[in-house]
Amino acid sequence: MKTFTTITSICVPIMRKNIDTDQIIPARYLKAIDKDSVADGLFAEWRYNPDGTINKDFILNQPEYENAQILLAGDNFGCGSSREHAPWAITGWGIKAVISTSFADIFKNNALKNGLLPITVDEDVLRFLFDLTEKAPSTEITINLESQSVTLPGGTSFSFEIDQFSKKCLLTGVDQIGYILSFEDQINQFEQYRGTITCN
Amino acid sequence: MKLPSTNPRTLFEKVWNCHIVAEQNNAPAILYIDLHLIHEVTSPQAFTDLRKRGLKVRRPDLTMATMDHCTPTTGTTIQEMIDLVGQAQINQLIKNCDDFGIELFKLGSPNNGIIHIVAPERGFTQPGMTIVCGDSHTSTHGAFGALAFGIGTSEVGHVLASQCLLQKKPKTMEVRIDGSLSAGVSAKDIILALIAKIGTGGGTGHVIEYTGSLVKKFSMEERMTICNMTIEGGARSGMITPDETTYEYLAGKDRVPKGSKWEAALEKWKALPTDENAHYDSRIVFETDDLAPMITYGTNPGMGMKITERVPEPEKIADLEERQTMEKALAYMDIRPGMKLLDHPIDVVFIGSCTNSRISDLRQAAVVMKDRKVAKGLRVLVVPGSQEIKRKAEAEGLDKIFRNAGAEWREAGCSMCLAMNGDHLEPGQYAVSTSNRNFEGRQGKGGRTFLTSPLTAAATAVHGKITDVRTML
Repeated sequence: MKTFTTITSICVPIMRKNIDTDQIIPARYLKAIDKDSVADGLFAEWRYNPDGTINKDFILNQPEYENAQILLAGDNFGCGSSREHAPWAITGWGIKAVISTSFADIFKNNALKNGLLPITVDEDVLRFLFDLTEKAPSTEITINLESQSVTLPGGTSFSFEIDQFSKKCLLTGVDQIGYILSFEDQINQFEQYRGTITCN
Repeated sequence: MKLPSTNPRTLFEKVWNCHIVAEQNNAPAILYIDLHLIHEVTSPQAFTDLRKRGLKVRRPDLTMATMDHCTPTTGTTIQEMIDLVGQAQINQLIKNCDDFGIELFKLGSPNNGIIHIVAPERGFTQPGMTIVCGDSHTSTHGAFGALAFGIGTSEVGHVLASQCLLQKKPKTMEVRIDGSLSAGVSAKDIILALIAKIGTGGGTGHVIEYTGSLVKKFSMEERMTICNMTIEGGARSGMITPDETTYEYLAGKDRVPKGSKWEAALEKWKALPTDENAHYDSRIVFETDDLAPMITYGTNPGMGMKITERVPEPEKIADLEERQTMEKALAYMDIRPGMKLLDHPIDVVFIGSCTNSRISDLRQAAVVMKDRKVAKGLRVLVVPGSQEIKRKAEAEGLDKIFRNAGAEWREAGCSMCLAMNGDHLEPGQYAVSTSNRNFEGRQGKGGRTFLTSPLTAAATAVHGKITDVRTML
């Protein structure tokens, strides 16, 4: 699994609530049987004009955001379908962390399995970051997973929550299939009595 | 074997507790999965990972696949597909199922159809099970008292390899639905109204259990519609306690135990209902007496209102982000704040999807369309959820009602719900759709979707503009 330790980057703000996975990557980009080609579909409805040319007004297409690794987005980011193509497309473009006030459950799970860090912050913090990046787009902020902190230029910082298992997986790249299979004895045992259990 | 019982427990807790394989401090539980459903879109990369690691599918006998998202609805052969990339995805699923010994309901098979329709229909879905699929509408199966939820492709790989998932225990929410339903109002309207009330993130982190007098009265198909769209309110699972309605539906289905095994299964299922005084983390009471047919006006399923109401006015919204979101949604839909949607012209009506393509949905639509004609210039697609539903509908003559009206009667599949298979809206077109998502471009690039019940969709099909079905009953 991809790891995440610390990044320093400008932020690309998409100030919109309920950005769904169909916006992150429309269904017509889901026909691939690999993971590599899906980044082309990231925010396709917004990134491209109806004739397929690049929409220069969309923030991801503006040269100053080319190397951004942090996405700021409105509440309930990633709602909708379970497609893991969403974090594949986001990370494929170069984003490594998304900051929002909340994330849809399935998206969050999928993100964490792909080295993409979802950071949940309070509304006033998100508002502050939106304002900051609007006034000074070149502002770089630092995300440190080990210390669970986001630091602004000048040293102001705030902390964020993450469950300890996800943190460890991101920091050390834990192989989750390997982790589950390390419980093989318990799985075998469970299967022995599985048919006889009454869930009461 | 019974687990030692302690405090009163909810249906969810009972199912959760009896599927825990291992639980360690500071780590998610390892949850055993009874049924793993697979389709062509979210599985290929998981099989690739499996092959890379030289792993087998641990329990192909607990795994089942259909092809539904990319499949054509104009015929039942792969050759029907003009899209070669989609074809490759279908062929990959066939190869994966062949190589790993997984049962697949192929295109052209008499039991092919949308995965969330086929699994209950064939009796794979049973009370008390844990069920997952790389598809968010897996919540549908919760209608049987199963814990069922959508997962990503990495997790599909986890389940293929180990039959287990790493899961953090969700919170519980009770949604009690009480009241009656007036003519023209259906289960779809209830779930649209509920999502409009709690918002698309209202259920995040929760499993919802639907209780109440109306839920008890609901058929399995109505319960499936409610549970299906639970994910649109942010909750990964919706559950309904199994009861006589459930058992009656299940009895005799292909995969359901028979004879003495049926009796044993029944006994186990009857232990599932939530205990008296069990604790839910939150509770909502939802009264349906004043409910009317619902319609969405915006670009997420939470942007819904009664069909007779007016589109909200963004300038009245205090929160800046919320206001901008609403402005963008209305701009995309090209509708004005304060306007009524009734009589708004429509280009396409889609009756189908895992939300509303079951036989009762088609019957409702047929009642409205019988001896009537589809409005001139309107395209109407009726797409049954499975080949079995198609056969049933044809035996009842529903196909003739739709065809005589001027609608297209198609083969089973996801079709225009997500527009992967060639059935799609053209840019700028308006659709009234019985599906589950009105996201931008969901039904085709630039397409605009109003979500409604099958009744409203059929009424709209007849008039070519958004219609209150109550005026036609």
